[in-house]
Amino acid sequence: MEQVLLKGSEAIAEGAVLAGCRFFFGYPITPQNEIPEYFARRLPQVNGTFLQAESEIAAINMVYGAGGTGARVMTSSSSPGMSLKQEGISYLSCAEVPCVIVSIMRGGPGLGAIQGAQPDYFQAVKGGGHGDYKNIVLAPSTVQEAADLTYQAFDLADKYRNPVIILGDGILAQMMEPIVLPNEKQDFPEKNWALNLDKNRPRNVISSSYPIVEELEKVIIRLNQKAEIMKGEVRWDTLQVEDADYIIVAYGTSARIAKAVVRQAREIGIKLGLLRPITLWPFPYDAIYSLVPQVKAFFALEMSTGQMIEDVKIAIGRERPVYHIGRYGGVIPRVNETLEKITAVAKG
Amino acid sequence: MKKVIVKPKVLHNIPWHYCPGCTHGIVHRLIAEVIDEMDLQKDAVGVASVGCSCFNYDYFDIDMSAAAHGRAPAVATGIKRVQPGRLVFTYQGDGDLCAIGTAEAIHAAVRGENITIIFYNNGIYGMTGGQMAPTSLPDMKTTTSPYGRNVQETGFPIKMTEMLALQEGCVYAERTKVSNPASINKTKKAIRKAFELQLSRAGFTIVEILGTCPTNWGLDPLQAIKWMEEKLEKQYPTGILKNSKGDSVICDKK
Ligand SMILES: Cc1ncc(C[n+]2csc(CCOP(=O)(O)OP(=O)(O)O)c2C)c(N)n1
Ligand code: SF4
Repeated sequence: MEQVLLKGSEAIAEGAVLAGCRFFFGYPITPQNEIPEYFARRLPQVNGTFLQAESEIAAINMVYGAGGTGARVMTSSSSPGMSLKQEGISYLSCAEVPCVIVSIMRGGPGLGAIQGAQPDYFQAVKGGGHGDYKNIVLAPSTVQEAADLTYQAFDLADKYRNPVIILGDGILAQMMEPIVLPNEKQDFPEKNWALNLDKNRPRNVISSSYPIVEELEKVIIRLNQKAEIMKGEVRWDTLQVEDADYIIVAYGTSARIAKAVVRQAREIGIKLGLLRPITLWPFPYDAIYSLVPQVKAFFALEMSTGQMIEDVKIAIGRERPVYHIGRYGGVIPRVNETLEKITAVAKG
Repeated sequence: MKKVIVKPKVLHNIPWHYCPGCTHGIVHRLIAEVIDEMDLQKDAVGVASVGCSCFNYDYFDIDMSAAAHGRAPAVATGIKRVQPGRLVFTYQGDGDLCAIGTAEAIHAAVRGENITIIFYNNGIYGMTGGQMAPTSLPDMKTTTSPYGRNVQETGFPIKMTEMLALQEGCVYAERTKVSNPASINKTKKAIRKAFELQLSRAGFTIVEILGTCPTNWGLDPLQAIKWMEEKLEKQYPTGILKNSKGDSVICDKK
């Protein structure tokens, strides 16, 4: 297999192109500018359209328009821009418009800093927009996974008629790794619900408006049932959990640091294992819970003051202690400082 | 009996929710007649906005997409970029277009986006109960300007269609009204002209239509027509604001 050296953001963009994405709408923001820049070069080569919108609000609503026709469409942004997209994401979810939304987190709140961080877990996973809705959230941890998960995200979005979010951070977006790209997708599902060019179908409407509350309630129940089915897409990865006395839970860039922590912990005799959620929604509750009998304590390593940790606590209840470890605002947690905190608990 | 008037094909035969005497219905009918006459039922996509007209995705028997408040031109852009051959139009009130949606409208015009905005201007927020709009007239009483619109504090009526007409990408901008048979016919012609220009890929087109809101103006339907002609039209004179290179292609999006 031929390897190519790509940045995380380029891998995301090329993964999308290979998945048949031909429309991209976005607004510049660091640290994800390489994604729109890649599309601006690449999409004209495949007869696609790149459009730099006047704002993230406009971009997400262009996605709503284009996705409603049945086209494979994507947008990307970073923290402040993702805040602006939330109303649109709520509309996309309710109107069941498939699309892929890439959120490359940076230090926040406010304008914050442009360095990679993980403070937007709640925004992506718990629904930063209004109303009851659920989106699949995929968290790549390597450049290879960035390409693969983006590629698969388009199929998931079409399969469930639902937005899919790729949640990465500035570090992943900027790092370069050699990867093998997926094959160009050839078969695409039919979309009889879409505003497509088939003239023999009845008219279609893309809408999230249900003025009669009993009808809206039915829609919410149906969306919720769909969410139950989407929970079947749960994915996670583990490292040395078989004999572990302690488990560190981490996703994305934090999981890369956690891998080094596991290695070093083992060198000093602490049996540490890693559980890395790949889907943040659905969250691998059962996988984490299954480790409870063998494990003395859990650690949640994240580049925020503690967001994912709430899901870890939901997974295990009060059966074991869960400790938060993290650095904030774009400061990267160091392996040795993380290990020190784990050692303090383990040596008690 | 001889039928002198029939329902346009692309209007659904269901009860509408508009207040008695409201002219939204007239504008809907005109759009439907033009789509019928141009035989575009299968080739048209309407984008509904948020305002009193927000349920018109049920009234037009064509593909419809219902946009968030103010975002219809962005939604229309997304549709048009995928399907450049289809007629794509938005239907927006003055709150939707001139307050929350200003940026999306201006930039659609700047890009020369091949879409048509049908802009219903009644100088007030109808749906939410008669609040002040950027188009409300000086001294006009609304529920959020109970002592009359004070221009020192709240500014002057916005010249939205003029702003759009200024952009090079905008090839056609006309302001009309729907107060009598002559002005209604004129409005229909303007809509047709805009749609034809769009189909020739000429660029961005807008038709602003002065309409009524008898309910929130506190007037009966006939008084409302009179008020529209005497007050609203004085602030917003009808006529063609721009008609450049009608039939040449200035920006072909493939
Ligand atoms: C983001 C957002 N803000 C506010 C509203 C509430 N809202 C609904 S309609 C409307 C004003 C509509 O006025 P206009 O566009 O003039 O249309 P009209 O009702 O007069 O036809 C507002 C403010 C909303 N739906 N969404
Ligand atoms: S509130 Fe005004 S604009 Fe809305 S339907 Fe009634 S009369 Fe028409």
